[in-house]
Amino acid sequence: MSSSIETLSTMRRAAQRRLLQDRFGARVRITVGSATCENAAGAGAVHARFQELIADKGLRDVSIGRVGCTGKCDMEPIVTVISPGMIPTKYIRMTPERVDRVVDSHVVGGKEVAEWSLRHITTRRAARRVIGVCGGAQCLKRGAISLEAAFQSAIERHGVADQVTVVASACQGLCDAGPVAFVYPDDVMYQGVTSAAAERIVREHIVGRRPCEDLVWTGERLANRFLPVFGDVHFFGKQFRLTLRNCGIIDPESLDEYLVVRGYEAVAGVLTRMTPQDVVNAITRSGLRGRGGGGFPTGVKWNFAAAQKSAEKYIICNADEGDPGAFMDRSTIEGDPHTILEGMMIAGYAIGAHQGYVYIRAEYPLAIQRLEKAIADARGAGILGPNVLGSGWNFDIEIRLGAGAFVCGEETALIESIEGRRGMPRPRPPYPAVSGLWGKPTVINNVETLANIPVILLDGPEWFASIGTEKSKGTKVFALAGNVNNTGLVEVPMGTTLREVVYEVGGGIRNGRAFKAVQTGGPAGGCLPASALDTPVDYDSLAAAGSIMGSGGMIVMDESACMVDVARFFLEFTQDESCGKCTPCREGTKRMLEILTRICAGQGQEGDVEKLLRLADTVKKTSLCGLGQAAPNPVISTITHFRAEYDAHVREKRCPARVCRNLLRYVIVAERCVGCGACRRKCPVACIAGKPKEPHVIDAARCIRCGQCFEVCKFNAVERN
Amino acid sequence: MIQERSGLTRDDAPALPPEVEQFVKEVAERPHPESYLIAVLHRLQNSVGYLSREHLNAVSVRMKIPAAKVTGVATFYHFFTFTPRGRHRLSICMGTACFVRGAGAVLARLQEMLGIGVGGTTADGLFSLEVARCVGACALAPVLIVNEKVYANVKPEDVPRILEEYGFDRGAKRK
Ligand SMILES: Cc1cc2nc3c(=O)[nH]c(=O)nc-3n(C[C@H](O)[C@H](O)[C@H](O)COP(=O)(O)O)c2cc1C
Ligand code: SF4
Ligand code: SF4
Ligand code: SF4
Ligand code: FES
Repeated sequence: MSSSIETLSTMRRAAQRRLLQDRFGARVRITVGSATCENAAGAGAVHARFQELIADKGLRDVSIGRVGCTGKCDMEPIVTVISPGMIPTKYIRMTPERVDRVVDSHVVGGKEVAEWSLRHITTRRAARRVIGVCGGAQCLKRGAISLEAAFQSAIERHGVADQVTVVASACQGLCDAGPVAFVYPDDVMYQGVTSAAAERIVREHIVGRRPCEDLVWTGERLANRFLPVFGDVHFFGKQFRLTLRNCGIIDPESLDEYLVVRGYEAVAGVLTRMTPQDVVNAITRSGLRGRGGGGFPTGVKWNFAAAQKSAEKYIICNADEGDPGAFMDRSTIEGDPHTILEGMMIAGYAIGAHQGYVYIRAEYPLAIQRLEKAIADARGAGILGPNVLGSGWNFDIEIRLGAGAFVCGEETALIESIEGRRGMPRPRPPYPAVSGLWGKPTVINNVETLANIPVILLDGPEWFASIGTEKSKGTKVFALAGNVNNTGLVEVPMGTTLREVVYEVGGGIRNGRAFKAVQTGGPAGGCLPASALDTPVDYDSLAAAGSIMGSGGMIVMDESACMVDVARFFLEFTQDESCGKCTPCREGTKRMLEILTRICAGQGQEGDVEKLLRLADTVKKTSLCGLGQAAPNPVISTITHFRAEYDAHVREKRCPARVCRNLLRYVIVAERCVGCGACRRKCPVACIAGKPKEPHVIDAARCIRCGQCFEVCKFNAVERN
Repeated sequence: MIQERSGLTRDDAPALPPEVEQFVKEVAERPHPESYLIAVLHRLQNSVGYLSREHLNAVSVRMKIPAAKVTGVATFYHFFTFTPRGRHRLSICMGTACFVRGAGAVLARLQEMLGIGVGGTTADGLFSLEVARCVGACALAPVLIVNEKVYANVKPEDVPRILEEYGFDRGAKRK
């Protein structure tokens, strides 16, 4: 009998052959981003237009495929065109209309449409070239340590210091070819770089504008994790794509493509060479902590469950993703569903479970569809089901849908919901690891936690533990959104500072406005002000600063955001989502929301803020589950850091950010008003009076502050205060 | 509308759509059949558009779960709705990113123009209004979804134009 590893190798070779034949045999390969965000941006129509043109023109040597989201949401839809002899081009913000020219010029004519390509756009932004020398452990060992200096002196010798910058990059995942270095924005990767090679790269590539072909990395394109995505150093430079390693690179609906990027190799290795206890120990040594918000050490959790004597145990993947401003888990599943299945299999083997459940929100139809297909394909290939990869071990996975209740992300409520009941938390202990689903030992892990498992086993727990900080290992994925230039999914090593995420990865604040606050942890987290920007992103530092790591929502706010209103927004959410089981949470959040609503409506009273703090304290201390315990956090953190804004609302009945509608005053400045009457005609309550060509006046007593006069006036005569 | 909640038997409970009926039969054979209640409700809502009291009673009878429990579960989860929705479903994202970029003002304008609250349907059955949480298009925030179509970077002043695309008659409302 052959081992699981051998079974898998055979499978992978067959997958490789199939891919080479029907995809990579093609002269030109086009991939179109396809995820919820891409589709919202219009990727579906772009994909359809490509297909239409390929058929119409009878382009038989062109293949088109889908990839998940690379995380650059503000540039979507993104299309990659890979053609022979050319550096792959990423076209951004594609539309069906642009497809025609890309096909004619690039696909058929071999000439890139420069003005729509990411390289062109970023090159214009960054006039300089960047040489990234890999600073990963393997490359350093192989001599990268002296390379930065070698590049630097070559640059000085050739007098091109004004044209190129040398940076140390994160591990590029090409450790076997190390030391590696890349030149951006040309997207050229060099392997086995020595000091002599550094001199040549500067002379020939930077000065002579000709890549040193004999030094270019020759590895198999798909085997590498990072190369195709580092097209934009602004966004990816500080990033380290570990959990998102395949997102945006492989076709999420193709088992073959997953197999080729070492898919299911970790589980095959585990089944061939490791005992369940070995696996638990490896995860413990890696230092991995839960990414769902709590940060509980994963190895310890598995160990509890593994120690229980029970014929039936379960592993649950928590894909409920309740944070209303986050989409990490959805993107991971949409971009790389097999990784989650593999992580669950390994967890199942480690604790002795034969059945897994993915609890996913019904609001994620595309993610559900891709998971369903992944499960079916894995079953069909003998990777899931009885006798996994010929090992004699059985494991299967079923999907269960949530139905829009935030509290169901809490593990005990989630279990209730899978069992078919109202999702109300149970008191712990007993912990699910002891008595969970149907009373059996159950491990619940977050999507991102599970996505880390295969990498830890492939590259080793020690390697994983070398990334991050002392108590927070590995990377963290954030859904970066709000008022930043680059929004999307980002993955950074633990310990990266908030400033680096907001300014270097996120590209700073939109529209030249000023930074005001960054919110992490969603409704359970807090808002941190500019003074906290140097906080490293790790569980303990964020908690010490008054927020939490949370599951990965990161919302950046500029001066146009009202902190009282933000607190009210989160409280409205938690109050609505409170399951009502315990009084402090049910009634306390309601009282707090009432006070906040009052303050925002201009009816705040002296002492309201103190009342809020007292209520917050009670709700925190006496609620049964994490929802209630964390609900006051957004209120507490905004009061701590933005007290003056509360005072302005309460005492002066003024909203400094001009958000709270009832505190706004609309007035017409007579000098600027030409009496065109546009505002008068628009006003829904007819409270604007004035004769044509004479200054108009707003009757403040009747004004409902809808803002329409402000929007419609072309002469900036209406002022909002 | 429906008089009696209890007392329905297999014979007088209304029929479920065939695919739902089929699914109920299937899960009856699996371990823990009652755990599929939420999955059944999902299929029912998918097929009919909302959960009527009659259908909930039918589920109770078919799955042998007390009617009070079926209703209790259905009402606990926000995803389920108990009234038919309008012909055009407006869904404004109130996720954090959209909120921070001004979705609140867009929602206010929608409510003002339509004269309905969140969860409501206009009297002519043309529009219903819902709020969504992060639809995954934060880069396009604020986002409004009408039926399946996504509108990006929506400002309050865009609302009339969007509504008119779907047959909203401003004159009629103002009268
Ligand atoms: C109100 C509430 C909501 C939660 N929502 C989620 C969620 O959406 N996704 C998630 O993975 N964990 C969520 N959690 C945390 C889970 O209870 C649990 O700790 C986590 O899934 C464990 O996985 P991990 O150790 O891999 O992080 C939530 C907790 C609470 C109290
Ligand atoms: S804290 Fe809130 S959500 Fe949690 S059990 Fe109590 S009432 Fe329910
Ligand atoms: S729209 Fe402006 S300029 Fe015209 S009447 Fe109103 S305030 Fe005056
Ligand atoms: S804010 Fe609205 S109600 Fe007030 S004056 Fe302007 S248009 Fe009229
Ligand atoms: S918050 Fe609206 S799309 Fe993400």
